[in-house]
Amino acid sequence: MATPTLDKTDKAEAGFADTPYITATFRIRRFNPEISDEVQWQDFQLSIDPKERVLDALHKIKWEQDGTLTFRRSCAHGICGSDAMRINGKNRLACKTLIKDINPEKPITVEAIKGLTVLKDLVVDMDPFFQAYRDVMPFLVTKGNEPTRERLQSPEDRERFDDTTKCILCAACTSSCPVFWNDGQYFGPAAIVNAHRFIFDSRDEAGEQRLEILNDRDGVWRCRTTFNCTDACPRGIEVTKAIQEVKRALITRRF
Amino acid sequence: MQIHKYDTVIVGAGGAGMRAAIESTKRSRTAVLTKLYPTRSHTGAAQGGMAAALANVEEDNWEWHTFDTIKGGDYLVDQDAAEILAKEAIDAVLDLEKMGLPFGRTPEGKIDQRRFGGHSRNHGEAPVRRACYSGDRTGHMILQTLYQNCVKEGVEFFNEFYVLDQLVVEVDGVKKSAGVVAYELATGEIHVFQAKSVIYASGGTGKFFKVTSNAHTLTGDGQAACYRRGLPLEDMEFFQFHPTGIWRMGILLTEGARGEGGILRNKDGERFMEKYAPVMKDLASRDVVSRSIYTEIREGRGCGPEGDHVYLDLTHLPPEQLDAKLPDITEFARTYLGIEPYTDPIPIQPTAHYAMGGIPTNVEGEVLADNTTVVPGLYAAGEVACVSVHGANRLGTNSLLDINVFGRRSGIAAAEYAAKNDFVELPEDPARLVQDQVERLRNSTGTERVHTLRTELQECMDANVMVFRTEQTIKTAVDKIAELRARYLDVSIQDKGKRFNTDLLEAVELGNLLDLAEVMATSALARKESRGGHYREDFPNRDDVNFMRHTMAYREVADDGTESIRLDYKPVVTTRYQPMERKY
Repeated sequence: MATPTLDKTDKAEAGFADTPYITATFRIRRFNPEISDEVQWQDFQLSIDPKERVLDALHKIKWEQDGTLTFRRSCAHGICGSDAMRINGKNRLACKTLIKDINPEKPITVEAIKGLTVLKDLVVDMDPFFQAYRDVMPFLVTKGNEPTRERLQSPEDRERFDDTTKCILCAACTSSCPVFWNDGQYFGPAAIVNAHRFIFDSRDEAGEQRLEILNDRDGVWRCRTTFNCTDACPRGIEVTKAIQEVKRALITRRF
Repeated sequence: MQIHKYDTVIVGAGGAGMRAAIESTKRSRTAVLTKLYPTRSHTGAAQGGMAAALANVEEDNWEWHTFDTIKGGDYLVDQDAAEILAKEAIDAVLDLEKMGLPFGRTPEGKIDQRRFGGHSRNHGEAPVRRACYSGDRTGHMILQTLYQNCVKEGVEFFNEFYVLDQLVVEVDGVKKSAGVVAYELATGEIHVFQAKSVIYASGGTGKFFKVTSNAHTLTGDGQAACYRRGLPLEDMEFFQFHPTGIWRMGILLTEGARGEGGILRNKDGERFMEKYAPVMKDLASRDVVSRSIYTEIREGRGCGPEGDHVYLDLTHLPPEQLDAKLPDITEFARTYLGIEPYTDPIPIQPTAHYAMGGIPTNVEGEVLADNTTVVPGLYAAGEVACVSVHGANRLGTNSLLDINVFGRRSGIAAAEYAAKNDFVELPEDPARLVQDQVERLRNSTGTERVHTLRTELQECMDANVMVFRTEQTIKTAVDKIAELRARYLDVSIQDKGKRFNTDLLEAVELGNLLDLAEVMATSALARKESRGGHYREDFPNRDDVNFMRHTMAYREVADDGTESIRLDYKPVVTTRYQPMERKY
């Protein structure tokens, strides 16, 4: 058994002990149709510990400088999926992005995710995103009588779809996809990830139906394998791989 | 203003709300009003597991589970309710599996189970493997599975609708629920929902603490709405501090980490829980572990330059086990602390986690207007409610269980009530209170800011009513809260618009937190004993003679408009377990 680590450097401690506050500039894309149809970029300067999250910075701005700044958030540690946004041009969760990791020497740009209608500041209309999710039958379908106890599933069969069960429906993947930007009809990566989660679940009996849905002209074949989605996923899901597996299942009808 | 009519209205779309919705939608025309998109709810942050005596990996039974729950709650648990919880746990887990929940599996393909704090074999002999889990994201999988089944059942959601008022009407001397009033975030419009049944499933109130595992949105909205309408709140002084929050941030690191073999150590590397809980050690109940951590810190054995935390040590566990069983929490340590849990221990401190108290209900989920009278048509389930299955301290994995068992029960009961009863007539001008509240905040030119008051509240609560309390600290909190409530009348906001006005809603939420903090501190001051999560240094022992009873707090408004809190007490339901000294 490893002995406790008195002699080791406590990394977190070293970091917290000498908190060097820095001055950072956040350049935020503002939009409020109640006031104006124009979009404008607004700079906010604040003094902040670079080990804090971008979400902390947004809160600091809202609470201390401009109460009208509007964004969604809830859990603040990357599990609820509320605060996907484009930070320095890349889709991330504001609560999972530390300021020190995104070069605070230059202005940090923050804008709403792309491809969904902006309603106010960083808030977008999520309804089309959830509609695509609902369209892939995102629930277990089984036939025949239910067993008295649980359905059995081997650890290997369970592992087969483990990766895609991690999805938090934050839309970081879908709104990073160039195909989705150009054509809002495309199901988008998140819906396909959630279809994958059931297609490859050994207990499910509606794989064929889901594959037919995704065989549609707005389905998986629109994917151009740019890997933006995989890069964007804050849960580390291999999104592009999942889409490829669905494509392969459509060709081989084996899953 | 719009008026809607539904048989059943559910407030909140976390685990309890969606479990209720799956039942009530099958039986009645149901609307779910939720301030967040359903999948954003904080059920999703639960990690370690859901308890049920499936006995899939070792001998277990629901009677042992009942006993552990009652002992864990330091005998403030209503024993009839705990028995229902433990008995129905088995079907609750099997139901979720059939709905598609991807549980971890044993080599034989059954649902796998792990150890968790306070869950024991044969009344405390040794830890037992009772927690059904899915990695360290069990809550996430429950929330997703329930949402998936809501999609399947065609549940009707009103997303980003904040319920701000509960309509209570007195008919022939009986308080009845007529519906709720909600504020639509997207438009600023006010909606009245007339309903035969209303179920509150709006979650906890942890945001009155600073270091907390709770989401920003957990502001006790449901509790406050009912309390302001004269309904009681039960056992609000009992709040759980989870032993292992990330140091200073409060982000939860599951007890499952200790269930998998993780060990708590002080600055000398000592496994200090052996001193405090010789049998269960690191898997003693959460109140015991949190107090032990702070005892170590107070006696100078805390870690770091300020000696203000201890370590959760996982370094002796194989990296493969951490990757397979604890992938999320190890990633939290890497993301937020820059720590590699394979090789370095993680700095932790207790974090405000769970409200044992809440809106009092019976085992059908019916809300109580006093010790015995139900409010016809009004239900509550999950953290917002107090059944009471958690008593003075909840066991880990019993909350994911609670939301499923009592969410289901209240969904069925509410829909059946709606089928047999007619609408209660709405009061005159039903949206008045909410309209006034919203307009006052929007038009206020006061000088107080929401952020300032909230920060002062949170710092006051952390300093005075956390793990250790005394008459003096609680009184300090009571006085400070009174001051903050007075200053709140002078609060103003910057965003005067109607569209997505989160500035306004944060002000409303602060009002809720202040009301509930006052109830909590007042209830804590009157409870001159130590029991479960409520520890009084000036009264360090449990006092079953005077205090084996639930606190019931009522808001009273005098003729001249002054508000006060009246405390009453309700007996604990005891069936087969007589109180014993609690040892782990």
